[in-house]
Amino acid sequence: MRRVGFAVVTALLLSGTAAFAQEKIKVGVTATLEGTYTVLGEDGMRGHVTALNVLGKKVGDKELEFVVASTDATPDSAVRAVRKLIEQDKVQILLSPLSGDEGIAVKNFAKTHPELTFVNAASGAQETTYVDPAPNFFRFNMDGAQWQVGLGKYAYETKGYRKIATVGEDYSFIYTQVFGLALEFCGLGGKISSRQWVPLGTKDFASVIAALPDDVDAIYLGLGGADAVNFLNQYQQAGGKAHLMGGSIMIDQTILSSKGNAKNALIGTIAASGQADTWEDPRWQKFVKAYQDSFPPEKRFPSPSLLATNYYDSTMALILALREVNGDLSDNQSKLKAALAKIEIDAPNGKIKLDSNRQAIGTNFVTEVVDDGKGALFSKVVKVIPDVNQTLGYDAATFAKIGLPSRTVPECKKY
Amino acid sequence: MSRFIERHPIWSLVILLAVACLAWLIIAVWPPGLEEAVGRKKVFLSAVFNGITLGGLYFLVASGFTLIFGLMRNVNLAHGSLYLFGGYVGYGISTATGSWILAFIAAFIVVAVVGVLLQLLVFRRMEGQDLRQTMVTIGLSIVFADLMLWAFGGDFYQIQTPAWLVGPVQLPLMTAMKSSGEAVFLQYPLVRLVIFCGSVVIGVLMWLALNRTRVGMIVRAGVDDREILAATGVQIQLVFVLVFALGAGLAGIAGVVGGTFQSISPGEDTRFLLASLVVVIVGGMGSIPGAALGAVIIGLAEQLGSVYIPTYAIVVTFLIMVLVLALRPQGLLARR
Repeated sequence: MRRVGFAVVTALLLSGTAAFAQEKIKVGVTATLEGTYTVLGEDGMRGHVTALNVLGKKVGDKELEFVVASTDATPDSAVRAVRKLIEQDKVQILLSPLSGDEGIAVKNFAKTHPELTFVNAASGAQETTYVDPAPNFFRFNMDGAQWQVGLGKYAYETKGYRKIATVGEDYSFIYTQVFGLALEFCGLGGKISSRQWVPLGTKDFASVIAALPDDVDAIYLGLGGADAVNFLNQYQQAGGKAHLMGGSIMIDQTILSSKGNAKNALIGTIAASGQADTWEDPRWQKFVKAYQDSFPPEKRFPSPSLLATNYYDSTMALILALREVNGDLSDNQSKLKAALAKIEIDAPNGKIKLDSNRQAIGTNFVTEVVDDGKGALFSKVVKVIPDVNQTLGYDAATFAKIGLPSRTVPECKKY
Repeated sequence: MSRFIERHPIWSLVILLAVACLAWLIIAVWPPGLEEAVGRKKVFLSAVFNGITLGGLYFLVASGFTLIFGLMRNVNLAHGSLYLFGGYVGYGISTATGSWILAFIAAFIVVAVVGVLLQLLVFRRMEGQDLRQTMVTIGLSIVFADLMLWAFGGDFYQIQTPAWLVGPVQLPLMTAMKSSGEAVFLQYPLVRLVIFCGSVVIGVLMWLALNRTRVGMIVRAGVDDREILAATGVQIQLVFVLVFALGAGLAGIAGVVGGTFQSISPGEDTRFLLASLVVVIVGGMGSIPGAALGAVIIGLAEQLGSVYIPTYAIVVTFLIMVLVLALRPQGLLARR
């Protein structure tokens, strides 16, 4: 009797989930809600929520349901979160992950689940889509190198910097950023006299700051989150006065609106990124408005960070592609995958389409940090560069010869 | 001191030579050959200073930890949470009142009260049961971490350095000689020096209190034999509460210090718990001078490591711990 009762309950539960699955499409989202990149993860989620507010959660007669999991920017935390979402929460689509090393790990993991669809949320390491890409992994943001396009040229030609030093966090995304900077800056004849790499989550930068060379025109900072704020604070205490250049998550609202006055060292800093806070474009302005309307002022930044924009774009791409196929996930989601591969989205930060590796081709921005007069800092557009592809304009063979971004690659020379 | 030299003549010579070498490295202007081989003197000197000042911060956290352990034989694994909580309290007070000094006082008092509550409500109920206390403190540290994440969010907070402490100060140590013969002196962040002096003062006061006062005598007696001390009529529970309050309060102060020259965010609790464990293991469980020595060694190892062998910097600290555990398991300055 007991066994029969158990069977009945099980059957009921099963039929329940079956009926459930018809109405809902479950999407798993990961963000770095712990550790050094917490602030980045939180704003990423704001971008995601903004996209849902703007686009709605309906796909045909189905409704999207999102399950969020937290990571800490390490690859194993990302794989753990994604695995939990798939195995425990039974999600059908992944919107993940945020950070560079996570991206490489999740891409590799995606190959073990070829039936599911992975849309990259914000990670920007080159390797993720350039080396052995997963057929079910789609990235609607540019990589770290694409986000630096234009910066080397601006620094060399307009600012007249000839010799720079770099300080960066020791992982794939920052390698990719320095890669993009070095190719352009060194290609024009600039020199990089030293490259310092610090572990993600470094608290005490005093010795790193002391080791910065004195005889350089500018110092490039490839730091993010808590690391960037700690660096700036200690740089101020050490009386640092050099010209600065910034990477894409360094010159970003996550840092520009941090508490304290150490960020003022960044005024006038030049940078490049997939967005610029003060861009006049109506689509961008509309997005900023939607972001501001979605949250009370004390619960958001004055203007969306790069992470918010990336999460917005990837959520938008996913929803639009799902609507195109009317939420049809049959045949191992093949229709959705085909739709994602050829969709072209009219994102707030410029049009985005994917190449044959399912990597975004998009618009890049060279910026300069300005004070709005009321103590808030913003990145001001200096130059807009459309249609930046992953090989940065090089032909595929030449680009392959440069090698993969690492602590020492690329060499500082013209390729 | 003289007995040590008599007993270990060779070691004394080695230590003396090392100190002389270090003194020369710090005071002299480096010959060009040396600069080429190991880099500029400014970098070395800054790393040494950073190591020592970071050691000051580690000492503040670890001294409370070692004090509590020394008296109560209680490994309080929630010590890191007290540090983090102190940092948050300090941040709140300094932004509300604008006073940095007040932040220290408030953090000390509030965290000391938390320490008293911990002692009264938790540890007193499981006196003498080491394993149970350890497990409970691990559990508490996880609960505290989540409570603080809930209350303060994942954001990183930085306590504003007062204006009179911002910026560098020139130290009378030459780093290089310009071609014109003019000396270049080391520029060093003032706030780190002030914090370091503060921790030295606290360390000396603690040592004096332990070794020169009646209360200190009671505490030391308690470290040696609790039962006999209780039998002589001393209110041992009161002593426990006081020591716990002091140890916790020191962690709170350290939180403000950490929030001033670094930053506080979730995860810092375990980082500083680990750091104080390493410091205390290297220096010797329960010994205040040991905590000071261990803190400076670990601070120096971290900073010199991050400059000269950046890839392996994290390993160096643990290598030191392994070496100490292998060669002198009771710690460098343990009494027994």
